[in-house]
Amino acid sequence: MALLDVEDLKVSLRTSRGMAQAVRGVSFQLERGDTMGLIGESGSGKSITALSLLGLLPEGAKVEGHIRLDGRELVGRPEAELCKIRGNRIAFVFQEPMTALNPVHTIGRQVAEPMTIHRCITHGAARAEVIRLLDRVGLPDASKRVDAYPHQLSGGQRQRVTIAMALACGPDILIADEPTTALDVTIQNQILDLIGELVAESGMALILISHDLGVIAENAARMMVMYGGSVVESGPTAEVFRHMGHPYSQGLFAARPKLGAPRGEQLKTIPGTVPELADLPTGCPFSDRCGLVIDACRTTPPPAMPVGPDHVARCIRLDVALANMAVAR
Amino acid sequence: MTAAIAPGAIRRAFRHPSFAIGAGLTALLVLVALVSLIWTPYSPYEIDMAAKLAEPSGGHWFGQDQLGRDILSLAMAGAQNSIMVGVIAVGVGLTLGMILGAIATAEGGWVEELVMRFSDLTFAFPAILSAIMFTAVFGPGIVVSIIAIGIFNIPIFARVTQASAKAIWAREYTTAARAAGKSRARITIDHVLPNILSALTVQGTIQFANAILWEASLSYLGFGTQPPHPSWGRMLNDAQAHMFDAPWLAIYPGVAIMLAVLGLNLLGDGLRDLLDPRLVRSR
Repeated sequence: MALLDVEDLKVSLRTSRGMAQAVRGVSFQLERGDTMGLIGESGSGKSITALSLLGLLPEGAKVEGHIRLDGRELVGRPEAELCKIRGNRIAFVFQEPMTALNPVHTIGRQVAEPMTIHRCITHGAARAEVIRLLDRVGLPDASKRVDAYPHQLSGGQRQRVTIAMALACGPDILIADEPTTALDVTIQNQILDLIGELVAESGMALILISHDLGVIAENAARMMVMYGGSVVESGPTAEVFRHMGHPYSQGLFAARPKLGAPRGEQLKTIPGTVPELADLPTGCPFSDRCGLVIDACRTTPPPAMPVGPDHVARCIRLDVALANMAVAR
Repeated sequence: MTAAIAPGAIRRAFRHPSFAIGAGLTALLVLVALVSLIWTPYSPYEIDMAAKLAEPSGGHWFGQDQLGRDILSLAMAGAQNSIMVGVIAVGVGLTLGMILGAIATAEGGWVEELVMRFSDLTFAFPAILSAIMFTAVFGPGIVVSIIAIGIFNIPIFARVTQASAKAIWAREYTTAARAAGKSRARITIDHVLPNILSALTVQGTIQFANAILWEASLSYLGFGTQPPHPSWGRMLNDAQAHMFDAPWLAIYPGVAIMLAVLGLNLLGDGLRDLLDPRLVRSR
């Protein structure tokens, strides 16, 4: 039995234009110690997928499918029971350390919070543990800084604090939603290395969400590429980077800035923009922006086609896409 | 729980003109009310028909009214009345309004709709008219008017709470708190309320001024404080018949109401500027 088993997850959100399907049939499994990267553009459904694992969706959202934690169904569980799981079994690190901490409370109090909720201990009793955690995440001078307010810390230090908060109850699954997007490049690596170390030493499972291929390549053993609410390609990270199958993954890969590129060379882009959820085509979600599109792409959602061991892509023109990629290299 | 006051904050506050003047006038109001509890030049109830409508003089600085009562003593004792009305009416409105607004925002959905539409409904009625309706049903008197003013403060505070709380609920740290497993009730107490206290303080000061004004209006109309209990509105009512032969009857309570309301409004304005860091920087 998998630690986390997500099966055919579908999420609809209420928008001004009616219900829109933000997640369209996502399935994956996680074991302890697994690290999985989730990559896609803004609006591809990666954050909604992550939030639905905790039942933290916006008001009026509808969830179908199954999310099983140790075999127990989470979909449709009452709020009070979900509260016992949040921060305890599944913890979250947010994108914006600047706003993820409450300005009116000390950081010590906020790191202690999950413990006071789930472990029935007082703030005073939690203090030693809080200092140990802050020290572990590399906050300098933790025993003094425990009484500091968020505005007295830098962005990187605050992100360390939110990580300490997420670790407070020793969760089984850590979800990091673009944890380094708001930080300086030099700090990004430190934070990602820290998350990697913590995952390795505690044996948690990690879901790392990013729109940065480099981040996923270095920090996740498996990856899923999301587009328009579907997983268009998934597999072991090394395998996916070796044979990018889906034209969208290839587009993402081609769009990355390259060191040593000739001066003045333009970055490659994927033509068009991410369609609004309500406007997604009926067939392949990427069909309107894809260079390889044929009529069949627009009629039915493509099935998962094997690319390599444990590596699949949802594209009916996989053979052409792979051949193109081989030529490009 | 409470954030420490930054060094120099008090000095900076008193350099803010609205805050300094407002705080000064409000302090004067409170001081007069306190002094009047133990000492007034004459008893505000002491009638001296021989000296009725006497002009201001060395013995009676503000003059004497149609019953020969000392106007200074009446005005001082009237401050007590105004403060009592303000404290109770704002207390009732703030407590219940905050609870309703916080519950509405935390629950969302139909609960929020119900509370907010109900407060819209009470807004549609002019407060003073509603208060007169109240006194018409329950009989005139200070207690009924305080309750009426308090009740009509509830939707005002509910709305301020809801609007500010909504903004806090949209912040990432409330999502983070939910992700840590906090219930909505605990998030409201630990995260939302401390962050909206400043908005409520400002609104509270301004509603205090309004409560004084409403009480004076009700008493002037004869629905509020009943004689012989001293009240500024009541004094204005008495003064109406003598507007031209003894204007001091109207001037002194009128000035007292004006200064009290002005002071509280300036205090509220000053607090709003000082408690909102964005406004301070843009000045």
